[in-house]
Amino acid sequence: MKKSKWSLLLTLVLVLSMFLAACSGGDKDKASDSKGGEGEKATEKPNEPQVLNLVDSTEIPSMDSSQATDAVSFEVMNNVFEGLYRLDKDNQPTEGVAESHKVNEDGTVYTFKLNPDAKWSDGSQVVAKDFVYAWQKALHPDTLSEYAYIMGPVKNANAIQTDGDPLYGKVEELGVKAVDETTLEVTLEAPAPYFLGLTGFATFYPQKEEYVKSQGDKFSLEANTMIYNGPFVLSEWKHNEGWQMKKNDQYWDKDTVKLDEVNVKIVKDVATGVNLYETGQVDTVGLNSEFVDQFQGNEDLYTRGEATVFFLRINQKREELKNVNIRKAIDMAYDKKALVDVLLNNGSTPAYYLVPGEFTFSPEGNEDFRKTNGDFGKFDPEEAKKLWEKGLKEIGKKEVAIEFLNYDSDGAKKDGEYIKNQLEKNLPGLKVSIKAQPFKQKLELESKGEYDISYAGWGPDYQDPMTFIDMFVTGGAHNQMEYSNPKYDELVNNAKKETDVNKRWDMMLEAEKVLFEDQAISPIYQRGVTGLRKPYVKGVVNHLFGADVSYKWIYIDGKQ
Amino acid sequence: MLRYITQRILYMLLTLLIIATITFFLMKLLPGSPFNNQDKLTETQRYALNEKYGLNDPVPVQYINYITKLAQGDLGYTFQFDGRTVNSLIVNGMGPSATVGFEALLFGTIVGLLLGILAALRHNTFLDYGAMVIAVFGIAIPSFVFAGLLQYYVGVKLGWLPVAFWNGPEYHIMPAFSLSVGVIATVARFMRTEMLEILGTDYILMARSKGVSKSAVIFKHSVRNSLIPIVTILGPMAIGLITGSLVIENIFAIPGIGEQFVKAITVNDYPVIMGTTIFYSFLIVSIILIVDILYGIIDPRIRVAGGKS
Repeated sequence: MKKSKWSLLLTLVLVLSMFLAACSGGDKDKASDSKGGEGEKATEKPNEPQVLNLVDSTEIPSMDSSQATDAVSFEVMNNVFEGLYRLDKDNQPTEGVAESHKVNEDGTVYTFKLNPDAKWSDGSQVVAKDFVYAWQKALHPDTLSEYAYIMGPVKNANAIQTDGDPLYGKVEELGVKAVDETTLEVTLEAPAPYFLGLTGFATFYPQKEEYVKSQGDKFSLEANTMIYNGPFVLSEWKHNEGWQMKKNDQYWDKDTVKLDEVNVKIVKDVATGVNLYETGQVDTVGLNSEFVDQFQGNEDLYTRGEATVFFLRINQKREELKNVNIRKAIDMAYDKKALVDVLLNNGSTPAYYLVPGEFTFSPEGNEDFRKTNGDFGKFDPEEAKKLWEKGLKEIGKKEVAIEFLNYDSDGAKKDGEYIKNQLEKNLPGLKVSIKAQPFKQKLELESKGEYDISYAGWGPDYQDPMTFIDMFVTGGAHNQMEYSNPKYDELVNNAKKETDVNKRWDMMLEAEKVLFEDQAISPIYQRGVTGLRKPYVKGVVNHLFGADVSYKWIYIDGKQ
Repeated sequence: MLRYITQRILYMLLTLLIIATITFFLMKLLPGSPFNNQDKLTETQRYALNEKYGLNDPVPVQYINYITKLAQGDLGYTFQFDGRTVNSLIVNGMGPSATVGFEALLFGTIVGLLLGILAALRHNTFLDYGAMVIAVFGIAIPSFVFAGLLQYYVGVKLGWLPVAFWNGPEYHIMPAFSLSVGVIATVARFMRTEMLEILGTDYILMARSKGVSKSAVIFKHSVRNSLIPIVTILGPMAIGLITGSLVIENIFAIPGIGEQFVKAITVNDYPVIMGTTIFYSFLIVSIILIVDILYGIIDPRIRVAGGKS
């Protein structure tokens, strides 16, 4: 069966190439030579079946853009749906449904011009009111969207979500308006330089009201109870087994899309993924640290950094941990580099900061936030010991026993043991007891403040330092460790209101400095991912927030 | 007999109710919420979500609500996947799980019985030792090690069988075989021991001295009587197999139910925890009933209902 499909494709390609050759032959004589060469090259590519085979670790949890919360859903959606903008190869916003936009002077009103060629897969046009409907739906209290807070920058979005606020539930007060079919006007609470990138995030995707309502409860539950407006459509969705995407013929930019088919199978076991990769059934697979060694030096091996940072929360509810010298001692007393190189071994890098590197760049000069602020602290057991003794004297104690809340995954357990050993070795008088809990139970204990130190991670919601910087404001929902510094609070709050992008940037830089003067947390590492990818998979585009990969620009070249 | 069965079914329902009750209250002791984006939820949203799923009610009220729905066969919605019912999760996942499990059970039992019988008949010969070495290995090597080796050598190195996935009959061979190894080992050892004992009994000697043919002695008298312990262990073993093996399903990427038995608990997916537990318990109590009835068919001496009706 496979063979017959192939030969059909080959025939088609041959016919097509003859047609193309004839075309170029018919052109002016002068150009025919060079063009002929080009024509040959161009026909070479379609010669290969443009099929990409992937594995993913779990069933898609949700295909309703107002409900999705996880990486798997975001990745599928990013490839079958499209917002006003989408992230390009350099993680910069590029045209999606919107073909252009204007911003008013103070940066709070965005007027988007929609592309009239942007279509749903049923052939109808994607219009401004599709966005209004989807955004209002996501914020409506009945929708119970777990990611609705991401709409925060849009005017009144927070009030609409807050029970007791006069605007609670009044979604028509949201700062989004369909001026006409192809003009969408969005009003923000305050200028948000990252807003364009955010419109590529799942929660901001359009939904066609008429269609959604016609499907009722079934909407987005099966491949045929959705309509698509992205580069691909979901052509098949076998629950718990896998799914298949096909190129979307209605897509406005379909000429850019080279892949005809993307097959994704659910494979939970890394070893199985590797075996499938070796037999050529999948084109790319993620690795864990056990396998990285095995493939060291293999040319298919790739590593890329992510914008997720792991750190130790230090609960300042605990009397002993309120002391800044004690906190500084803890941060300096364990070797982050050794942990990353030996235990993780997956392209992660040791972190001495909160805002990840290679993630955000200054509005002027385009300098990495990380480069400007540099590292805070380093591994120094001698200095750690001094600070530790100083701290102990200040609190009048000789011994301290702390509880270390950890995830119960195999990897995190090893990391936890390592940190515990290092801390106990380098800080005499410190006793660390580890409490490993399943993910959700761990989060619950954390939010209740029932821990002393905890192994935590944070990934960005939008491409701006603020998604990390504002975590630890006094009383903030994600503080969870009773850290409080008025100076830091003020910087964060002012930065959120600041209209001058450069001043705003400086305030965020300053806020991070304050955070580390206090050693509010002890950063451990910035996560990296390692995997294998066949050399014939070209044009892979990875992102740092929202969806991990865009298939739009991928093509297959050189498989045969 | 009918009265006996009705009585047993009533007891079954009672057992199920007790299991459901205990699980429900134990489950409520788990910290954390079932929501996917727990660490980023606001208070308002968390409250609203809890309200929607009735999680703000006192636990006894939640319990009554759950049992009422359960009585109507409604297991609720899973928290892990949008708009999917627990019923559909179980039904969809059970197909592949039960298929592989049944194949493993069938193959394992047949091979195990043959090995056991052969070993007993050729007691203390090369054949006997060989069969028992296989049995010991089968018990000692965990199925996932075996599956991993099989996948690597037969799937990747030799390329004889597909490495993973669930597309056609050839995709069943490796997973079913990996699962059956334990069955073969267990069945073979039980069968051998039991056969040896029975071959040494007086009635077999009697049958032989009467001149009953060798095959009749073996199949009619020895094998049938040796089956009792096998039937006893086969019941629970069958349940374990057809409800899916987390490890085997993960290794061969089979879209089964096995994973949910474990994952539901770690992600606090309350309806799935309850659903899988009740479903599993239901299978267990049903199989126990069937096994008890089977006993009577195999050996009239222990017909359970005999004395009563």
